[in-house]
Amino acid sequence: MSLTTDLSQAKSRASQRTKARAKSGSENTPSGEARPSRRNRKRRERLFQWLFLVPAVTYMALFFGYPVVKNIVMSFQDYTTATFFTGEAPWVGLANYAKVLSSSLFSTSLVNTALFTLGSILGQFVIGLALAIFFQRKFPLNGILRSLLLLPWLLPLIVSSAVWRWILDKDSGALNRFLGELHIVNTGVPWLTSTSLALIAVVGVNIWIGIPFNLTILYGGLQEIPDELYEAGSLDGATGWKAFRHITWPMLRPVVSVVLVLGVVYTLKVLDIILGLTNGGPANSTQTIATQSYDLSFHEFKFGEGAALGNVLVVISLVFAVLYLRASRRSVDE
Amino acid sequence: MKSAIRTRRPLALAVAALVGLPLAISGCGTTASASSTDAVKEVSVMDYYNNEPDKSFIGDALTACGTKAGVTIKRETVPGKSLISKVLQQSSSKTLPDVLMLDNPDLQQIAATGALAPLADFNISTADFAPGVLSAGTYKDKVYGLAPTVNTIALFYNKDILAKAGITPPTTWDELKAAATKLTSGEQYGLAFNANPTYEGTWQFLPVMWSNGGDEKNINTPATAQALQLWTDLVKDGSVSSSALNWTQADVKDQFMAGKAAMMVNGPWQIPALDKNTTLQYGVVKIPVRDSSQTAVAPLGGEVWTVPQTGNKARQAKAAEVVACMNSDENQLAMAKVRNTIPSKTTLAAKFATDNPKLATFTDLIKTARARTGELGEGWPAQATKIYTAIQTALTGKASPAEALKQAQGQ
Repeated sequence: MSLTTDLSQAKSRASQRTKARAKSGSENTPSGEARPSRRNRKRRERLFQWLFLVPAVTYMALFFGYPVVKNIVMSFQDYTTATFFTGEAPWVGLANYAKVLSSSLFSTSLVNTALFTLGSILGQFVIGLALAIFFQRKFPLNGILRSLLLLPWLLPLIVSSAVWRWILDKDSGALNRFLGELHIVNTGVPWLTSTSLALIAVVGVNIWIGIPFNLTILYGGLQEIPDELYEAGSLDGATGWKAFRHITWPMLRPVVSVVLVLGVVYTLKVLDIILGLTNGGPANSTQTIATQSYDLSFHEFKFGEGAALGNVLVVISLVFAVLYLRASRRSVDE
Repeated sequence: MKSAIRTRRPLALAVAALVGLPLAISGCGTTASASSTDAVKEVSVMDYYNNEPDKSFIGDALTACGTKAGVTIKRETVPGKSLISKVLQQSSSKTLPDVLMLDNPDLQQIAATGALAPLADFNISTADFAPGVLSAGTYKDKVYGLAPTVNTIALFYNKDILAKAGITPPTTWDELKAAATKLTSGEQYGLAFNANPTYEGTWQFLPVMWSNGGDEKNINTPATAQALQLWTDLVKDGSVSSSALNWTQADVKDQFMAGKAAMMVNGPWQIPALDKNTTLQYGVVKIPVRDSSQTAVAPLGGEVWTVPQTGNKARQAKAAEVVACMNSDENQLAMAKVRNTIPSKTTLAAKFATDNPKLATFTDLIKTARARTGELGEGWPAQATKIYTAIQTALTGKASPAEALKQAQGQ
């Protein structure tokens, strides 16, 4: 989403500029003599401007526009395995949407998606911010530790989820062994097989994966805040929490809004971690809209319904994408 | 922005796989119909035996069959999980291989698209194949695929552990429960099976459901509820770890091999792994039935070979020769032996059992084994989803077995 919106923003800005220039150009024309050649030059210039956009526009139309449109079209069709061979997909109107939205699983998935997203974002952000502030101090090994924290980001997600599945195993998982040694628990905690714990465990893993992103962006944001502000603040008695409350937080706000909104959009679509850890189970307790859509399309071969559910998710993401657009525009204006 | 890439990838990939790729390769999809009059020199094959030793076993058999038919084999092996999406892409771009292997429950989906040719068109004999094997390869009264060898699941038990506890392998549910309880102590569970929310979880439950008279058409019946009650009881009283809700069949095997489970439900494809541990003494019996008067009904596993509709009659004929050859008596016996599977012709199976006592239980089960798609055809995936949903609901205690089945059937 971010790439698309960035580009379209840039594009609209560019075209506004072109229009403005064209307008002022015509107003400034002193006499009619030079007009044709100048108009030609202007036209050529504009043509070139558009030519520079052609690769980006083509790329987007092909790899973003076409799939999105196709997905929307598909959601109104009875798209089955046979469609691939015969090419026939009868129109069914809103039937796919009706079926998907009225299914008893939809409300479960929706609630899980909300909890998963909220929980992940909250955890990632708070821990990420705390670590970012922590690493602002100068201490030995700061750089090494910071780069070590990037590890979760470097691992392929399928590897992370496989390893976490071992760690969280009820009987022989490392976490339960550890807690057992400390006498915190007596019997194995069914992290991934209890309907009340599985979602928490999955959120926990996703937080672990998301911390580096939050840490990196927020750390960058913190570096931008001039030291003088803190010096001046300390003269006025603003240190510690007060300094954070009155200097760090307001200065960091633009970065925060970007991190949060991007985080929401990414987290809404998380698929591999959940599939790797629990496959949506036990008893659908970790089923989200993304995993359900995947199941419908690729396990039950109901491509139309899968597409319809996918579109529901796209609409939800769009809301946040718009928020992101507004937030980033404001931060640019500031 | 690695994070951006990783989270966008599944959706974008899925969409691209569905839409973009078939379109992109449709341009080069004319190879099949190129020269139908020329002598066929080559036959393309696709299967999912991409791991050793199966990869070589199957590859050698294919090469030999190709030589016999006077063609060279151009083989492509893809990972199991991506076979179906690959087949769908290829069918939309009309680039299907000449010979296609499919997992038997998937045959219905592909046959329903019209992408496969009935084997009767090529006069391939289906005589003597076990009824379950034929029904797995049959869509709307026509046979589209034949499996040279098949498999199913049974109850493995650790001979040493059972002997020490003075327990004989169970044959009924009551015996199974008693044995499992007795064998559970400390870090060791009595039994391990897999009840995860995938088709694997459904597959492992089918023996108890079917043997007790349950039917997949309607799972809201007392017979199926009784079967699910057994699974639930075993987990509830701790004889089976609740991790079963998340285990795969490979995890179950690992538990058994590590001595953490005295018995397990699993298939013969685990035998090579089990045999690597020379200290492990195990036996195999049928999965217990509720009442000793009942017959054990096992689900049929294995892969079928098919001839896709590529539009090139000459190539199709050669492809059919290869498929027939793969299913020949000698190939069935040879493949069954090296791959720890069972020949699908009943007469061969009988002979095979005497030569391979280790596989005797499985051979016996195959005679009456049922195909998962036998009743519902292409409706199977939807119903299989309902079955594992009900299993998960009951095993987590969110509803009683009967209530869980009722909810799932109504979905």
